Amino acid sequence: MNQTALLSRESFVELGARARAHALLDAGTFRELAGPFDGLTSPWLVRQGVVPQGDDGVIVARGKIGGQPAVVLAIEGAFQGGSLGEVGGAKIAGALERAADDNRRGIPTRAVILFETGGVRLQEANLGLAAIAEIHAAIVDLRRYQPVVGVIAGTVGCFGGMSIAAGLCTSLVVTREARLGLNGPAVIEQEAGIAEYDSRDRPFIWSFTGGEQRFATGLADRFVEDDCNIIRDTVAALVAQPPATPRSNQYDDYLRRLAGYDTGAQPEPATVRRLYAGDQQ
Amino acid sequence: MTQDNSTTGRGEAWLAALSGNAPRLPGYPPSVQVADAAIAGRAARLIAVVPDPASPFPRARNGEVGLLEGWSLARAVQEVIALDENPRRPRESGGPASLTSPEKSLGPRLRGDDGRGDDNSRTGAKRPIVAIVDTPSQAYGRREEAFGIHQALASAAAAYAEARLAGHPVIALLVGKAMSGAFLAHGYQANRLVALADPGVQVHAMGKEAAARITMRSVEDLEAFAATVPPMAYDIGNYATLGLLWRTVPVAHPAAPDAADLATIQRTLADALADIDADPHRDLRSRLGGENRGASQRVRDVLAQQWDA
Repeated sequence: MNQTALLSRESFVELGARARAHALLDAGTFRELAGPFDGLTSPWLVRQGVVPQGDDGVIVARGKIGGQPAVVLAIEGAFQGGSLGEVGGAKIAGALERAADDNRRGIPTRAVILFETGGVRLQEANLGLAAIAEIHAAIVDLRRYQPVVGVIAGTVGCFGGMSIAAGLCTSLVVTREARLGLNGPAVIEQEAGIAEYDSRDRPFIWSFTGGEQRFATGLADRFVEDDCNIIRDTVAALVAQPPATPRSNQYDDYLRRLAGYDTGAQPEPATVRRLYAGDQQ
Repeated sequence: MTQDNSTTGRGEAWLAALSGNAPRLPGYPPSVQVADAAIAGRAARLIAVVPDPASPFPRARNGEVGLLEGWSLARAVQEVIALDENPRRPRESGGPASLTSPEKSLGPRLRGDDGRGDDNSRTGAKRPIVAIVDTPSQAYGRREEAFGIHQALASAAAAYAEARLAGHPVIALLVGKAMSGAFLAHGYQANRLVALADPGVQVHAMGKEAAARITMRSVEDLEAFAATVPPMAYDIGNYATLGLLWRTVPVAHPAAPDAADLATIQRTLADALADIDADPHRDLRSRLGGENRGASQRVRDVLAQQWDA
């Protein structure tokens, strides 16, 4: 990217959740549901000394993408690390459930999920976990009819139960700032020790879970620059594609590839590329 | 096989009891035990994740759900879907019914079925799947993250969800720990969740020790505090107030069931099957309505009001 392009570029990563949803929907079609004035704040945070937020860190936006009905679910990474509690989780699950119902009455609503999340909000533990199970259920239901496109832009990344949600999406868009993994680096280091996983070694973390590696190993479908126009066009193209066999149904292929790994030694990023890249896509 | 005060081996003990010691199906790693047996007189598949001290993955030797477990669970469940698939609507390349196939008029899109699943989903034609849950956690390790454990768990969750949508009655029987990502992959997609009423049965998003460290509290402080906030509590009693469980069932020997315990759970599973058969829906709405989960329903009500505005 040359200097002119760099200066004219509009960063997507730097946008908040609401602005990101705006950026993806066709101009003039954005309509927020269950918004900050609907009285849906977390019932659990205040009693734990945490100031709640009117939207609980999740934006539900209806509108159109490429002229087709869409719902964008954007997680705000700046609120409690993008963690999902009861309300934010129900907003995502509930909206996906409505989108699937739309399809059953002939309205081809598709969905885009903007992941920026550490997973379950520990202050609402079991209600966050339950909501994430319902998000999984709703993605699997909706993707029978329409694409469910996931975007991990950064900088929080996508972890915990929501990384499983990302794995259920029909396609996944990542940037260089993105990270995708089940367990956060600090938790792995605590559970397994620093020799297993050094959470402060950022190049190490990115080399395994960064967007570039996930794309190179087929665990993500598009690797894009941090640019609003590029991300908008990429998402618009993906939501227009007919549903294909989801990555989550390729269990036999993954088991076969994993069998080629000698578990006696820790893998390098190149080990994963060798086994996962190739004829998979 | 184990002491009553231990949770080790519960999954295996209940799998053996409920299957009448049926042989485990070959072709799965030792940590994923699969048995076909009759439940309430119907051919059913029972699945448990159990410890494998010799697992080639050192971070997945204590019953954790790791890479092998996630993708193998998916296979065990997808196999059942394929066995009972409506022959009029063949599956393509191992995936769900394709909407681009000529059979699309039989697909869910045009039936207005409100998420009920296949046409024969309420006739008892689809074999039940019972996930026996006793999993301390997902596997935490470098190998796991490197090879995409999130994707392995997604495969398992998707398989259970697709089985439920296809009309298979799916029941999760919680006999020990049901933790976090492990539970999401193995059990949480079930039509009905059944738990033994026992202190050894716990559902949570993170183990106590890790949660205490992350929130910078002692384990004792965390436990005391969690007891006052129902969704943070670790015990099955508090969890029950969230409305997610279909039933909690006391048994005398939760770690090593005797004949009476087995009969109790067999009755419960039969009741659960009947309840699922009588339910026109194949989604998870029966989990809404718990006394400590009102906001989950309120959010859905607001979305329904505003959706078409």
